[in-house]
Amino acid sequence: MTTNPATTIRHSLEPIGDESFILNLGPQHPGTHGVLRIIVKMDGEYVLDADPVLGYGHRMQEKIAENMTYSQMLPYMARMDYLAALSYNQAWVCAVEKLCEYEVPDRAEYIRIITVELNRISSHLLWYGAFLLDLGAFTPFLQAFADREKILDLLESVTGSRLTYCYYRFGGVFQDITDSFLCNVMDYIKYLRERLPSYHDLVSGNVIFQHRTSGIGAITCSDAAEYGVTGPILRGTGISYDVRRNEPYSIYQRFHFEVPTGETGGCQARYTVRMQEIEQSLNIIEQAVTTIPDGPIKSKVPKIIKAPEGEVAMAVETPRGELVVYIVSRGGKTPYRVKFRVPSFSNLSIFQKLARGKLLQDVLGILGSLDLVIPEIDR
Amino acid sequence: MVIEILLTILLIVVVFSVIMLHVAYATYFERKVIGHMQVRMGPMRVGPHGLLQPIADGIKLFFKEDVFPETADKPTFYAAPIICLVAALTSIAVIPFWEGMAISDINIGLLFILAMSSLAGWGVVLAGWASNSKYAFLGGLRASAQIISYEIAMGLSIVGVMMMAGSLNMSEIVKAQAQSPFGIYAIPQVLGFFVFLVAMLAETNRTPFDMPECESELVAGYCTEYAGFRFALFFLGEYVGMIVMASVGTICFLGGWTGPFEVPFFPIIWFMLKVYFLIFFFYWVRATLPRYRYDQIMALGWKVLIPLALGNVILTGIMKTFVWH
Amino acid sequence: MPGSYLPSDYMSVLFLLLFALGFGVAAIALGQLLRLRRPYHEKLVAYESGNEPTELPRFRFSVKFYLIAILFAVFDVECIFLYPWAIVYDKLGLFAFAEMLIFIFLLLAGYVYAWGKGALTWER
Repeated sequence: MTTNPATTIRHSLEPIGDESFILNLGPQHPGTHGVLRIIVKMDGEYVLDADPVLGYGHRMQEKIAENMTYSQMLPYMARMDYLAALSYNQAWVCAVEKLCEYEVPDRAEYIRIITVELNRISSHLLWYGAFLLDLGAFTPFLQAFADREKILDLLESVTGSRLTYCYYRFGGVFQDITDSFLCNVMDYIKYLRERLPSYHDLVSGNVIFQHRTSGIGAITCSDAAEYGVTGPILRGTGISYDVRRNEPYSIYQRFHFEVPTGETGGCQARYTVRMQEIEQSLNIIEQAVTTIPDGPIKSKVPKIIKAPEGEVAMAVETPRGELVVYIVSRGGKTPYRVKFRVPSFSNLSIFQKLARGKLLQDVLGILGSLDLVIPEIDR
Repeated sequence: MVIEILLTILLIVVVFSVIMLHVAYATYFERKVIGHMQVRMGPMRVGPHGLLQPIADGIKLFFKEDVFPETADKPTFYAAPIICLVAALTSIAVIPFWEGMAISDINIGLLFILAMSSLAGWGVVLAGWASNSKYAFLGGLRASAQIISYEIAMGLSIVGVMMMAGSLNMSEIVKAQAQSPFGIYAIPQVLGFFVFLVAMLAETNRTPFDMPECESELVAGYCTEYAGFRFALFFLGEYVGMIVMASVGTICFLGGWTGPFEVPFFPIIWFMLKVYFLIFFFYWVRATLPRYRYDQIMALGWKVLIPLALGNVILTGIMKTFVWH
Repeated sequence: MPGSYLPSDYMSVLFLLLFALGFGVAAIALGQLLRLRRPYHEKLVAYESGNEPTELPRFRFSVKFYLIAILFAVFDVECIFLYPWAIVYDKLGLFAFAEMLIFIFLLLAGYVYAWGKGALTWER
């Protein structure tokens, strides 16, 4: 049944005898975390080639953006990466603010930092659970979810929603935070700092976990640069690149935080980097909560935005890597053209190279370690 | 003669029902144990503390549609789950629950159980092959290689026990054990016990060796195509297999029905406690460990457990000839 | 009594086997009368992650699995030889011990050979 071009492997492979066969992983498969399809060519337990097929969840978000006013697009941003909705919120509002040159009050910037970093932790916690689930451990998944639940409660108390937030507005945020929220955040920081060692006890030191991850799916620095890999995967290879540090946006230059890097670039390095990033995010939140100023939370911006002619590119660091929002405006209420450079797409591109010649189980482990969000890839 | 046969059948019916009840509540026990290890409650809705959950599950599975894949190999597809269940259940026959209480106290009990556990593996392999689905096929292949690899380790791990007890009869092993200096063989046979515990997990396809059905890669492995009560038969087979393996461990290494003191009117208590301790061990491991990779499992079986078990045999021989004599 | 070679012990094992068989068959057959049955093509197609299966898994498969099977046959038979020896170990004493050491040594020689040849390492 090779009439459908998608079912044939698109790459020529060196002949390896006739014991190979094609296996479809996805779109309806527990290991792909969404409607991603991977056509795997296998020989016994070994994967000869793995070809990702995209587009099952394509919604033309970029085209939709051309037909919507700037503020109408705001809730759509959360649907791209539902695990880091606030990062996408932030990218969009920052891009439009940059384009229209709106001022953002200090307090609003602090609120944004606190909430977006909380969102980053929740995303990393979910990744931790899902990755371990891919490796066959069930307990970390539920423990991480229990802790993530508390973040969702915190964010719900300020944003009103639990997953697809639409909290930031051009020139500020939707509503002010209360002192009790700040107290709860401080409590949570303390709580999670006490919890993290138990995560390491359960997983990091586990022999099976180390056998399954150390040196598996290693990426070299040059490969990472060639494929445009960003985020924790890039930092896992040893390149210290974080948009928050290298091209600071918002008020990140006011906070002290480290950019954790790995050495081997394998699954274990990615794991360590993400776990350390949770700690760094906690540090940032702590600093922000203790230094947050009083003041307005929103500057005056017109109800209906008419952007000036011009173009703008805005890069932010989402939990998965570098997100770039590129807007071309010809004046008027809607953008002329919008382009999103999403981190998962570039991170997925290296998957095929990593998967070749590995055991099926390792391939699923590598896929899990990339932390893909499929709606973000398909858009 | 007729009365004897009727009595045997009655005994079988009683034991069978009790075992089925234990299997049902072993699933409940598992969900509760793992639930509490995972900061959740486990089943809570059906009956007080979810006590009727296994019964609800059974009824649901019984009435579920029996989906039969178009491409499946019909006779094999029918036979596979029944082979699994029958092989596991038949092993029950030779297990002595307390002194003199076994359906059949045959001389080669231990050998019989090993043979039956191989047959259960055969059911898994056939299921994977008959489904005619790639995931099931991969699961079946993995099962075949894994089960036969760990069977050697398991077979070798109990050779030490045989040497010490001088019998393959389960009751004899327990009696010999009770007279040994430690009362249980787990202490002098600590190496054998370790190998047995690992092989026991692998033989019953439990985490971290649940290759044949690892859901994050093979979806459901060999039972991907099985639905409704056919799936339930596999499930029953797996849990009966766990009970059988835990019983073998109890009898060979933990002293069977003997305990620190005798309990009147309830002679099975020590046996049950030990079996449930080992079953708890299954659940505990499942809640703690990630899954091994396939090649690592094979390496562990062939390169670590088999040499260890062989070493245990030689060590036992040396100890028995030169030290304990 | 001549003629009654089959010990009654094994009869009860057979009964249990038949009982278990009966349970399995009856549960499926009886349920068939009560279950609803609405088959259609999409439901009955073999699972391959939501796609129509590209081919049936009736292809030739990696030789590694067969190699393991052969090794198993060799080692399992050798293990079986240990059983009778283990049972009568007490009665035979030092002589049996020495003899079995030789046997295990031979077994180990084959094992080391297989290991050296890479038969125990899972590689493509």
